[in-house]
Amino acid sequence: MNNRAAIAGAAAGTFVLAAVSLFVGVIDLTPLDVLRDPSALTLLIDSRFPRTAAPLIAGASLSICGLILQMLVRNRFVEPMTVGTGQGAALGILLVTVFAPTLSIFLKMVLASSTALLASLGFLLIARRLPPTQPLLVPLVGMVYGGILGAAVTFFAYQADMLQFIETWLSGDFSGVMRGRYELLWIGAMAAGLTYLIADQIAIVGLGRDASINLGLNYNQVMILGLLVISIVSALTVVTVGAIPFVGLIVPNIVSRWFGDNLRATLPVTALAGGALVLLSDILGRVLRYPFEIPVGTILGVLGAFAFLWLLYRGPKHAH
Amino acid sequence: MISIENLSYEVGTARILQDVTVTLPKGGMTALIGPNGAGKSTLLSHVARLLPIQTGKISVDDLEVGNCDSSALARRLAILPQQVHFATRLTVRDMVAFGRYPHSQGRLRSEDHNKVAEALEAFGLTPLQNRFLDTLSGGQRHKAHVAMTYAQDTDYLLLDEPLNNLDISAARALMALLRDLADNSGKTIVIVVHDINFAAQYADHLVVMKQGQIACEGKPVDLVTKALLTDVFDTDAHVALIEGKPFVMP
Repeated sequence: MNNRAAIAGAAAGTFVLAAVSLFVGVIDLTPLDVLRDPSALTLLIDSRFPRTAAPLIAGASLSICGLILQMLVRNRFVEPMTVGTGQGAALGILLVTVFAPTLSIFLKMVLASSTALLASLGFLLIARRLPPTQPLLVPLVGMVYGGILGAAVTFFAYQADMLQFIETWLSGDFSGVMRGRYELLWIGAMAAGLTYLIADQIAIVGLGRDASINLGLNYNQVMILGLLVISIVSALTVVTVGAIPFVGLIVPNIVSRWFGDNLRATLPVTALAGGALVLLSDILGRVLRYPFEIPVGTILGVLGAFAFLWLLYRGPKHAH
Repeated sequence: MISIENLSYEVGTARILQDVTVTLPKGGMTALIGPNGAGKSTLLSHVARLLPIQTGKISVDDLEVGNCDSSALARRLAILPQQVHFATRLTVRDMVAFGRYPHSQGRLRSEDHNKVAEALEAFGLTPLQNRFLDTLSGGQRHKAHVAMTYAQDTDYLLLDEPLNNLDISAARALMALLRDLADNSGKTIVIVVHDINFAAQYADHLVVMKQGQIACEGKPVDLVTKALLTDVFDTDAHVALIEGKPFVMP
């Protein structure tokens, strides 16, 4: 399967899912209703379209961030939500909610992105000191590091009597998405989309520091740019819909298995596949226990486990 | 011309390089030889700005390493480090094409495509160009790395132990190719090799290092003697002269 066919296939699949998503929900809605009934159109615009767009955007940007982080750290087993970036964002939002609740939403986002960036930088500094011969140490250390940050978040939330917020930030769920409540995600999508402009640079950074310097790349600058995007996307996702696990991990790994790591070619596929996966999970969450909902994180956990098993046993073979 | 003046490098209390001053001539092939731990790779890494200069000064023609624009130096000088390990999955062609980054900034023009094709052809990689690197043998992967350095098409090529992983035919082919680049394309090749015989056979100029210092330099025929092996390499080997070139009996 070549790249163009893959992009076309992923785009077609995403389109079908999006069409399905528009007409799946507690209130019955058919395409015909939209033409006949103005209130049906309102439902579509106020609820179903946001509900369809949010998983697509969140999935696409988180997959891109997962891929970028994997390149920056040079390790396949990390994603922003397992190395403390998500927890860093949650910590920032918590602090700003407690100490400066009157700040504008924009400034709150800036602060949350900054703490996410600090948390990611902290992880990167630790990860650099780990022996490259032990690739599994990186994700393990990331989980411990994220766990410590998460503990700090929980502690502060407990002190401030805000534990229920932690729940909404750290477990992804699209059930609250409506027009006017999810638009921040678009900013994250733009940040993630802009990485296409530095796709080559990030791919070169993935080759390592020596190779980057040899090719005249400003290694640290690309590193910081990448981390910045990851932090912004993570912060916006955590605030808007909550942390969504696995997607940043599985999607880049599957895409890389098939198409390799030439980011200029694989970023679009990664984004489409990530969006489609999260949207599919959300549709399943809406349908399986209809009219109740299962959070997207739970569905993704199950799908992700199967995807990984499939990848291990049936994925494209290659010699080592 | 690469001129290195008073270069010292310390890690903790260990002095890896001690006040090294040496000039590597422009054109031809210069080989750095010396026992393990003599500082050859460290010296090469300094020239290629992979290590920060603690004391001393290095310049490549008019460019002062560490103070000049890194991308300008990337169009002048390329290095193949000793151990290249790429964790990412790239096709041979993609990776060789990254060698063009200093010239193209990612947007390959037709001359870049030509250079990539030329590099693939020179190393016999054209049939493998769409294979992923992790599906190749160690030797083939190594050739792809050298091809990437070749595609960078710089005046100076620094290669740190490029003969590792290569069988005798591939090693000779690579040395012949480098020799050809030096003779017919006006490139300057600086190479670290362990096999003194390869160095003596192909290089124009030898620089011998020992314990972080330059022990001696000169033409292979003057330099490779029983005395050198005893003094620098601490081994008692016999040196024969075959077709006018020194040959160390293993």
